[in-house]
Amino acid sequence: MNFSLNLNFMRLLFLMILLTVGYIKTSQAQVDFQKRIQTEFILAEEGAVISIPPGEYTLPGSLLMDAKKGVTIKGAGREKTILSFAKQETGAEGLKITNCENIVLEGFTIQDTKGDCIKVQGTKGITFRNVRTEWTGKASKNNGAYGLYPVQCENVLIDSCEAIGASDAGIYVGQSHQIIVRNSRAYRNVAGIEIENSTMADVYNNVAEGNTGGILVFDLPGLIKKKGGNVRVFNNLVKANNYKNFAPKGNTVGQVAPGTGILILAASDIEIFENQIIDNKTVGTGIVSYYFTEKPIEDEAYYPYPARISIHDNLFEKGNNGKMKPTWKHKMGVWLFLKFGRKVPNIMYDGIVEKEFLNADGHLKPEHQICISNNTNETFLNLNANEGLKSYTTDKDGFDCKQAALEPAKLLNN
Amino acid sequence: MIVRILTLLMSIGLWASALEQQDAPYPMTLSEYGFFQGDIADLIPASGVIPYDVNAPLFSDYAQKSRMIRLPEGTTIVYKGRGILDLPEGTELIKTFYYFKEESKPDKGRFILETRVLKKGKEGWTALPYIWNEEQTEAYLEVAGGNRQIKWKNTQGKKQSLNYQVPNMVQCKSCHAQGKDLVPIGLSARQLNHSGQLSSWAAMGILIDKPEKQLIPQLADWNDEKSGTLADRARAYLDSNCGHCHNPEGPANTSGMYLDIYTDDPAQWGVNKAPIAAGKGAGGRMYGIVPGSPNASILVYRMESTNPGEMMPELGRQMVHQEGLDLIKAWIREME
Repeated sequence: MNFSLNLNFMRLLFLMILLTVGYIKTSQAQVDFQKRIQTEFILAEEGAVISIPPGEYTLPGSLLMDAKKGVTIKGAGREKTILSFAKQETGAEGLKITNCENIVLEGFTIQDTKGDCIKVQGTKGITFRNVRTEWTGKASKNNGAYGLYPVQCENVLIDSCEAIGASDAGIYVGQSHQIIVRNSRAYRNVAGIEIENSTMADVYNNVAEGNTGGILVFDLPGLIKKKGGNVRVFNNLVKANNYKNFAPKGNTVGQVAPGTGILILAASDIEIFENQIIDNKTVGTGIVSYYFTEKPIEDEAYYPYPARISIHDNLFEKGNNGKMKPTWKHKMGVWLFLKFGRKVPNIMYDGIVEKEFLNADGHLKPEHQICISNNTNETFLNLNANEGLKSYTTDKDGFDCKQAALEPAKLLNN
Repeated sequence: MIVRILTLLMSIGLWASALEQQDAPYPMTLSEYGFFQGDIADLIPASGVIPYDVNAPLFSDYAQKSRMIRLPEGTTIVYKGRGILDLPEGTELIKTFYYFKEESKPDKGRFILETRVLKKGKEGWTALPYIWNEEQTEAYLEVAGGNRQIKWKNTQGKKQSLNYQVPNMVQCKSCHAQGKDLVPIGLSARQLNHSGQLSSWAAMGILIDKPEKQLIPQLADWNDEKSGTLADRARAYLDSNCGHCHNPEGPANTSGMYLDIYTDDPAQWGVNKAPIAAGKGAGGRMYGIVPGSPNASILVYRMESTNPGEMMPELGRQMVHQEGLDLIKAWIREME
């Protein structure tokens, strides 16, 4: 009896010693691992492949790469190589790539960063392949803003990636040129996929599901790259983006109504086609001007209206026979419910225009046109919000036009 | 333990191989440069090394800084009114970070953490971080940076402690960047126009093309009420603490918020400007600066935060700079 108690006690003591030693070793190992990878980043020569073996690593600070050419950072797969920043003490991002050329990020997961997961700035040629970014806890305004975040880049390929839990956008491409986002999945972010102030972008074969808004195409004021355009969004599954908006207040996406499938904000030359836009309870596809955000515009060079938009050959479906209750968490949803009950039109346009945009017949001139054609379950709502919301109409007259197909994005070196 | 030794060995291995590859290897130790005479820890400049000061220093967690410059024999600096002075190839800037054990009693001694050497080569500037040893007899090149736990007493005699972070070579550039190039920050006429410093450089023959005194721009000393109006001092503070990134050519231009001294449009400082990519860094506030309401301004929130995901500057700060914060709040409060 005594002997066995003693033995148990000894076992416990031994276990405790093991645990303590283990803990100290891990934290030192974290610092060593970070330092080793960071040193490899600093010393990488053109053509280098930096391999991160399988494992779950906890990093105390950001990993940074600057002014490198032709470097690949490669994990063993996004289920196998996991870099966690849950205990991050320094740096705003998990991984940050700046001023590089032809960088490939492949086969790893970045988790729980204090700010953005992967920021890539001022880089020509950036590929994200089989990369996952995620915040593993509850959807929270304390999650970082962006998962995959290329900004001011050229030749951007995001292929077979996954983005979960961002408090702004899971996949966000900003102020960039020549972009392909494909075969990827965005889940439980405020915005699933967002293309902002960017030109020549193709977004296809993606799944945007369970976000507040599925796919957003925005032009915002006050930025260096003033104008986006030529954005094609096609063959995506945009499903049940009905999640609560958990963006921190003050951010533009904080104004996206839960239940938004696709939203075009003040952007020009946009083609949305052959998507399945399903079970988004508030608005299937919305087309709005910046005035709809009710924020002031201090940028004189900014064009706040959507122009030359084409929505064609999409499938809209929702709920039971097209009936779903729009969100109560956004004043737009409440208004829609009061006017339409559960049968809210699938396509919504704010109708805010300048007088000179219109022909004598009251229809938009070609350079401002919004065209809606050949969609399945094509129900339409024009809010005519110039005059408050009093003269809204579901009449599609004047929007039944067609536009020439846009040019596809072309990537170099990919 | 074996793992740890292995990783250490690996990083040393990497290092060694990298240093072999360098065409012009960088000195591994600070003393090899010969910047100092006598005991290296006394930071007494050797002959040809010139100490200098700036009007509005960058806040770095209350660290004290010693700044020096060394020019190659017979070379000169060419004056420029805007931006960084035209420094000759081979220029070395030597900036050392230390803490007094007691800020109010400097004679009780200090601890030196790091010396950053910025050197201008043929291809542009390189930033090299040297970390001082415990014995304060030498500092060693550490491209991947480092950290050290430190303690001191502040001017009020209050105990302070900090896990001080020495930036790695890439982090250096996250502040010291103009476009794609690494550049010095403090070597501008407006920063160096301090207690006749530029005149004495001209008299020493190391500065040419210096215009008349009244034509040289001067930043206010944010900490000296006599040096300018509240707005002058606030703009000087923002220029030196934020403007190196937040300018039209800097890495923070993605935000459209410019805090450098040359930006005149209040909307670009953030007045009634909605955030772009601030995320939770907006702190639930709507605009960068809300005139009259510092506590509704994102700028203030980001200065008050110490969370790495929301604070500004992103690097080189872990503590709140209370005096700087008070100044910016006062400025916004008075703004119409």
